[in-house]
Parts: sequence; structure tokens; C-alpha cells
Amino acid sequence: MEIRAGKHKKHKDNLIGYLFMAPVLLGFFAFIAFPVIASLLISFTDWNFLAGFSGIKFVGFANYAKLLSGNDAWFTPSFINTIIFTVTTVPIGLALGLIIAAFMDKYVYWSKLFRVFVFIPYIASVVASVIVWQVMLQPTYGPVNSLLHSIGMANPPKWFVDPNWALPTIIIFQIWQTLGYNVIVFMAGLKGISADLYEAAEIDGAGEVRKFFSITLPMISPTMFFLSTMGIIGSFKVFDSISVATGGGPGTATSVVAFYIYREAFQMYRLGTANAAAWIMFAVIFVVTMIQLRGQNRWVTYES
Amino acid sequence: MKNKRKTAREPIRLGKVIRTLIFGLFMLVMLFPLLWMISTSFKREIDVFNFPIQWIPPVFNWHNYVEVWQGNYNFPLYYWNTIKVTVAVVVIQLVISSMAAYALAKMDFKFKGFIFSMFLATMMIPDQVTIVPRFILLQTMGLLNSHAGYILMLAFSVYGVFLLRQSVITIPDSLIEAARMDGATHLQIFIQIIIPMLKSSLATLAILRFVWTWNDYQNPLIFFRDQKLFTLQLGMSQFASQAGTYYALLMAASVLAIVPLLIIFIIGQRYIMDGMTAGAVKG
Repeated sequence: MEIRAGKHKKHKDNLIGYLFMAPVLLGFFAFIAFPVIASLLISFTDWNFLAGFSGIKFVGFANYAKLLSGNDAWFTPSFINTIIFTVTTVPIGLALGLIIAAFMDKYVYWSKLFRVFVFIPYIASVVASVIVWQVMLQPTYGPVNSLLHSIGMANPPKWFVDPNWALPTIIIFQIWQTLGYNVIVFMAGLKGISADLYEAAEIDGAGEVRKFFSITLPMISPTMFFLSTMGIIGSFKVFDSISVATGGGPGTATSVVAFYIYREAFQMYRLGTANAAAWIMFAVIFVVTMIQLRGQNRWVTYES
Repeated sequence: MKNKRKTAREPIRLGKVIRTLIFGLFMLVMLFPLLWMISTSFKREIDVFNFPIQWIPPVFNWHNYVEVWQGNYNFPLYYWNTIKVTVAVVVIQLVISSMAAYALAKMDFKFKGFIFSMFLATMMIPDQVTIVPRFILLQTMGLLNSHAGYILMLAFSVYGVFLLRQSVITIPDSLIEAARMDGATHLQIFIQIIIPMLKSSLATLAILRFVWTWNDYQNPLIFFRDQKLFTLQLGMSQFASQAGTYYALLMAASVLAIVPLLIIFIIGQRYIMDGMTAGAVKG
């Protein structure tokens, strides 16, 4: 009797468990599981969306080969731009973020107020912020170039519309926009460093700079690890600012992988290459995360 | 009292005051674009690019806001659409995520471990991988170019489930078992015990999801075709290409797009900052 009652209870538990899970499970299958599998399959096809389902043609690894050959007129520059984007925004964002956080942690008054200020660009909508930057950086009359003119620069950069300056401008925008996030995370990390360590160092006669390099930097490395992973992943996903500010232009000057995928899928309707590019993007994110997870044990110091 | 004691122990130091001033100056540079936006939104077009910058408009021009709001730019509609989809996404997400969080944290059912690891494994997958099939799916279901499809899509998030599960786990099992002994059903426990104890995590999730949905640009860009469905971000970018060189008007529109979020941020800054940095502390 007891066993049967137990079995009955188990069935009932399963049923109730799945009732509570049902909406999320449905969402998961519809918007994650099915799309992941479908996207992988589509990446092996040549499919112009306008041709409908009958236009699907299986092509094996041709899309991947084409994209990775380095000859694709849009993908190659997009990929290179993404790399440039990552190797600039991540280190600069981390360095600036740590310096600001260290200042706010100990060396200034009103740090609570500054914390709010520094976070505002991260909260403000990217679309509106980009539009403000565009007007500020208006090449002829904008306040920034007026300032540069007034200090004697005859030909200041044309920023978003300058073939040479468009990417650096987007990069500066991105650093500005995400800095607050780095600062807040670093501040949380700094709070976790025991004051005893600093006191011990002071007794040994260490100055502020010495303390920063010998205590703060090693102790903050787990946070650094976390932020660099997030930063790399984030810079691979950058889309809004580029879509609004430049549309990937001038030419391909500011096209990045995420923008390439959008353009390929929803403007050119080439779904095969779009999805192959998305999987290449995922592969890069995956490898970077794995490398960092493994490296983490080696170079990160955890407080015991 | 606490503050008083602190100042008593730590006298005001000149070095720190100077550093604060320099740091404050740096903050002003950082907020320069947003301050300039606010100032410019009250200017007449002809005063926008006066140099040196006039922070106080020479002539106050409220008309920019009237023009943006009442002109032919559909701003009230974009506002209404944004509020509608954002509130719907937040509410549905809170309900379904907390249900799943309770099940994953406190119930025993077949394949629970497998489901959990599937959720975890897919968290790293970027939106770009799933976007084309999601587009095809919504189109097949006739939900493309509709608020309903968009709301359904955004209401589900693995992130929300994990965030709430973290808090449900900390609720002691004995509490739930005692209620079971008294004959309470899971639904009663969920509503009467779990939900009240999740208040602060629910607030965090609500406010984060609000910010992310309000600011979402990529999904509306892809999933909405009709202008009458546009949300604020999408409407803003279209307005920018329409209004072209009406810079003061653009700045007024930008203020209107950013200010509601600033208010939310100032009210809920603790939830926003803690929530957005939650992953960092746990690692």
C-alpha cells in the first residue's frame, strides 16, 4: 500500500512540477531550443528568404568556407572591425573603470552621488544617446568641432561620417556608454578587499601606488576576469549604436559581425550566410569564454 | 547619528577636497552629452550651435516639446506602445519566471536536472544565432509585426528564472514542509509563502526587465513593420532621419526618451545596480 501511495505521489509531483514549469518550458522550446537547431541547419543551406521554404538548397560547409576564406567583401571587414573594437574597448574600459572605481572607493567625497552619475549613460537609451552624440559631433557647426576650430585645428575629424574616424568614434561612444557598468562592478569588488591587508602594508611603509599594484590589482583580478569576459562578449554583440549612427558605413568602415548578420538576414535575405556568421560569432564567444575559464585558475587570485 | 560620528572621526582633508573637485570635473565631462542635450532641447534652432556654448538658452523655447509631442511625429503613440509592451513583458515575465524558479528550487520532478543544465548551457548563445528562426516562427504563427508576438518572445528569459531561483533556494525547506503538513497545496504555498518572500528579487527583475525592454531597439527593428506599432526607440531613430537638421527638436525628443528611465533609475538605483552586477560577485 505504502509503495503504491509513494508511486502515486511521485506522478503527482511530476505533474505539478511540469505545470509550474510549463510556460517557461514552452518559451524555451519556442525561442531557444527550436531556433538553435533550426539556425544550425539553415547555416548549411543556400536560402534566399524571398523564395520561401521551397528555395532551400543544402550546400554543406560552403557558407562557412566562403565567410572564413577572407574574401567576403562584407564579412571580412566586419570581423576585423569587431576584433579592433574588442581589443580597444575592453582594455581601455577596464583600465578607466578601475581607476575611477579606486578613486571613488577611497579618495573622494560624495562617492555615492558620483556612483549614480557614472551609471547614467549605461541606463540611458543607446538610440537617444547616439543621436545626441551625432548632433554634438556635427562636423561643421557642432560644439566639439567648434571647440577644435577655436583652438586652431583647421580640419578636425568628421567623426561618425569620416571614413577614418567613424570606427574610433563608435569605440569612444561604446567606452563612454559602458564605463558605468565597469565602475560599479569594480566598486563591488573593491569593497570585498579586507582593510587588514592595507593596514599591514601601511605598517610596512607602502605608499598609495605600491598598495594599488601589490594589493588592489591582484585582489581585484577575479572581477577583472569577469568584466573582460563580459566585455568581449558584449563587444561582439554591439549593434544598436552602429545601426543608428552609421549603418555600418561609410562603406564598411564600422560594420561589425552583429551588424553583418542583421544586414545579411533582414536586408539581403541571405539566411544561409547570416546563420553561418552567427555560429562563427558564437564559436568565438565560446572559445574566448573557455580560454578565460581555464586561465582563471592560473592567474586569478582569490582571497582565501 | 551615524554620519555625525563619521565626520567626527574623519576630519575634512584638503587633499580629498581637491581630488573631489577634480573628479567632479571629470564627471561633468562624462555627463557633457546629456547636459548639452537638456540645455539644447530648450533652445531655438538658430541658437543651437552658438559658440562658445551657452548652457543657459538665450531665449527659452518650450515649443520644441510641444512640437515633438503634438506635431506629426506620433510621439504619444510611441510612448503608449512602449509602455504597453514593457509593462506586459515585465508582468508576464515575473509570473512565469517565479513559477519556474519555485519548481526548479523546491520541487522534485523527472528530468529536472536535465532541464536545468539545458537552460544553463544555452545562456551563452547570442541572440544573433536564434533571431532568424524566431522571425520565421513568428511569421508562421501570424505573430510577426504584432505586439503580442514581441511580448511573448521577450517575456521568456532564462536569466529571470535563474535570478529568482537563487532567492527561492534560500527559503528554508522546513517552512514549505510545515505548510504541506497543514495540507497546503503547491499553489497556495507559492502564492502565500514564496511570492511574499521574493519581493526584493522580484523588484530587481522587474526593474531590470523594464530598463532592457524600454531600451530595446534591435527586436522592434526586426519584428515591427507598421509604424503604428513602433516603440519609442524605433520611433526615435526614424524621427532622427525625418527631422534631420531640426537639432533642438531632436534633443527634446531625446530628453523625452531618456527621462522616464532616469526617474526609474533614481527611484530604484539600489535594485538596478545590485541586479546588474549580481553575476560579478558570485563569479
